[in-house]
Amino acid sequence: MTGSHDGGLNEAIGRRRFLGYVVAAPTLVVAAELGLTPAPDVRLPTPELTELLDLNDMMTAAALPTSGLISVEVNRDGTVSFALPRAEVGQGITTSTAMLIAEEMAVPLERVRVTLANARPELVFNQLTGGSNTTIATYVPIRVAAAIARLRLLAAAATELGSAVTDLTLKAGVIANRSGGSVDIGALAEKAASTRTQQVSVELTARENFTVIGRPHNRIDARDAVTGRKKFAMDLDVPDAKPTMVCRPPTINGKVGSVANLAEVRAMPGVTDVVTISTGVAVRAETFGQCIDAVRALRVSWKAGTAEGKSDETVLRKLEAAELPLGLKPLTPTVEGKFTFYFRSNSALEPNCAIADVRAGRAEIWSALKSPLVAKQAIAAKLGLPVGSVTVHVTEGGGSFGRKLFFDAALEAAEVSQRIGKPVKLMWHRADDSRQGRTHPMATSRVRAAYLGNTVLSYKQRHTSVSTDLGHGLGEIITAMAARLPVGDIGFSQTFFHLSQAMSYNFGAGSQLLSETDKSFNTGSMRNVYSPDVTCARELIVDQLAARMGKDPYRFRHDFLRDDRSRAVLAKVAEVGAWGRSMPAGTAQGIAFHAEYKAVSAVLVEIDCRPGTVNRPIRDGVAGPRVTKVVIAVDVGLAVNPRGLEAQMMGCAMDGIALALTSSLHLRDGYFLEASWDNYFYTRQWNTPPELQIVVMPSTSEEPGGAGELGVAASMAAVACAYGRATGTMPTSFPINHGTLSFTPKPTVPPIPPSPTDGLNHAR
Amino acid sequence: MPEHTFRVNGEQVTVNVAGDVRLLWVLRDILGITGPKYGCGINVCKACTSHINGKAVNPCAIPVADLQPTDEVTTIEGLPATVGKDLHPMQQAWLDHDVAQCGYCQPGQIMAAVALVRRAAAEGRGITDADLDGLRNICRCGTYSRIREAIKAGAENM
Repeated sequence: MTGSHDGGLNEAIGRRRFLGYVVAAPTLVVAAELGLTPAPDVRLPTPELTELLDLNDMMTAAALPTSGLISVEVNRDGTVSFALPRAEVGQGITTSTAMLIAEEMAVPLERVRVTLANARPELVFNQLTGGSNTTIATYVPIRVAAAIARLRLLAAAATELGSAVTDLTLKAGVIANRSGGSVDIGALAEKAASTRTQQVSVELTARENFTVIGRPHNRIDARDAVTGRKKFAMDLDVPDAKPTMVCRPPTINGKVGSVANLAEVRAMPGVTDVVTISTGVAVRAETFGQCIDAVRALRVSWKAGTAEGKSDETVLRKLEAAELPLGLKPLTPTVEGKFTFYFRSNSALEPNCAIADVRAGRAEIWSALKSPLVAKQAIAAKLGLPVGSVTVHVTEGGGSFGRKLFFDAALEAAEVSQRIGKPVKLMWHRADDSRQGRTHPMATSRVRAAYLGNTVLSYKQRHTSVSTDLGHGLGEIITAMAARLPVGDIGFSQTFFHLSQAMSYNFGAGSQLLSETDKSFNTGSMRNVYSPDVTCARELIVDQLAARMGKDPYRFRHDFLRDDRSRAVLAKVAEVGAWGRSMPAGTAQGIAFHAEYKAVSAVLVEIDCRPGTVNRPIRDGVAGPRVTKVVIAVDVGLAVNPRGLEAQMMGCAMDGIALALTSSLHLRDGYFLEASWDNYFYTRQWNTPPELQIVVMPSTSEEPGGAGELGVAASMAAVACAYGRATGTMPTSFPINHGTLSFTPKPTVPPIPPSPTDGLNHAR
Repeated sequence: MPEHTFRVNGEQVTVNVAGDVRLLWVLRDILGITGPKYGCGINVCKACTSHINGKAVNPCAIPVADLQPTDEVTTIEGLPATVGKDLHPMQQAWLDHDVAQCGYCQPGQIMAAVALVRRAAAEGRGITDADLDGLRNICRCGTYSRIREAIKAGAENM
């Protein structure tokens, strides 16, 4: 990895000194290469691949030779602009990015304007938002660009004020000399500009001098969010892009046979176009309400889908057939478990949606896209246009959870727009998003741990999963890098699995292997990908091992964790959460640990499984056991924005609770039964823990780790462990309520439910 | 095409559209008022929560023909004006607690919170944990804990 730098331009020259550029432009524009990060610390191969290189090192290193420049611009009004080549979907990266710029430029955060960059093909692999990699990959280059801007501004101010640079101070966007003269950076935007592009070396602010990074900041887009001004794709006013929806098949990926009443539906109020496309029958109308009515009116005969006749039971049998063996059982005592994880939905609250305007010879797309480069290529191929004729705008996303790694709606919108020759604003109905949208694949995990006395001799885990579609660019990164890894000829997903699953305990020899089967489902990465399931299975077995050795679950983990940083987060949650306190029967604590993204996390929960709680009445929802307390401790190395990190951990806790207790898709007869938020039981207020405490550990590193997904795995595992301790039985099937269908499934024909008419009766 | 007249955020509006088109689409697709979001279309997710005559409703479930000319529809865009300020105290509480993540559900969350506090006040009481448990607005980012804190704080200043 270390030898892959391009001619030395990327290399740090001495401690904290980096090279960047001043770019020829009318106002000050500075730039740095996005691949500019310290090289991964590569050690000799060991059985634990994650020690050699984790997924983030791969994603960071993949871009080094090819990445383009990212640039920071100083504007005449004293603001600073930066177009971030990543997708903001709620994780707070526009805020943390603005903080990096504010730190190095000594400008107030309010003056930094962070927008999302269009798809930029010259960035090649380096415009993918995933793997909690954004801050890890951009931490150095953004600061380098900002630091160069600061140098140029100071130099221009020296001329302007007739002072030596050493006599100047830059504070709050104003440069002052010792005799009371001052100038705002906005007034220097042109004077600091360069007529030619030149390379500049710069020193970054030392960590001990940080005043912005590492301190809690509220989100820069919060005011827009709470006033309704924040614009998502469907809020954009693109001329003549009228509402469009698709009538979809009753089973997964079914195809249109014929449509019996095209003319009749075309004549419905508000409808402008009805056209058959590859995924169904598209309707364009004056309002989405009229699209819904038209979709419901269509009489379509459908051809079979890709999962015809399949159900939870048939998939489970297929997984069993694909399981890799655990090998001969050792002669020593063992603990074994087999765990089942049903399909789950990564549907965000903003459904799949995109605007497309396809004209002769060109196309323009607007959508929240985490892999805009792959989307651009795929759309160009679908439309038969050169890649350069497709413009892809990345809009702010209403959540992702992995869903927006793909661009299903953008591809569909482009197809419809081309077919009818008009711009379209295409949105999936919630029922579509749940039934035909991508899922976290169903999986099983088999674990065997061998022990003797107080020693764990070996730990083996065999994870078997319905195939996860990684065909959104992350796969291409892995393709590009796989040849450079000492893992032999294994596929994308196996590589991904190895890179993301660290073995954090001293459990002797062992192996964690993935096998995949069945590509008939629409799958994708879901927040934290394999880790929640793999970690949940492991931590339940850890509790069993502790019990066999007669040890307390916390003490056992503390004894077997490999390093001080890991033990510190575990000890912190035990302390803050009062581990071991006396609790009533039917209630219990659970504790779990997970390491990923160059970070470590521990979670302690308390759960109430008493009948009075489990059976509390909830209209059209699932009550079940209530998690009453969650304590999370995280060490992400350097936390750029601790308040944003806490927000991400809060969301991870809610995800973990849902994954363990309530949220799953039920597969029957080739389709998912869930078609509503009152069918798919993501955590709601009545499931929310009344007590939540998040501890961000003091920084242990000069570099930030990833945070957006970090807390999901340990949260899910801690809830499962607590449930096991409260009920006295180890849960083996997730979510625990999957066996009970808690709603009446909606019909599949028509594919979407009618719009209610009784809204005024529910005014309250 | 039939005409429908009602009030939105303090202004009288008239729209020409079929009477069965739900208010959500009249607001978003015809009037260009995009604060209320689509999340389900069947009055489940509550992302479109707005007020009619001060009470929380879900425009995805209201045919526009059901509105009277004197009915006052308030969306998130019109909430600050109901208190004559740049921000309603509940919006300020949302900022103070840095609640929003992706932000998509938050206009609906805030409108539901304001109506909840008013309802409790009308009953001569404060907000309880049971009230908060009863909020049905979904947040897929999982901001629930900060929402609870913000509602309690916002209620203090309403």
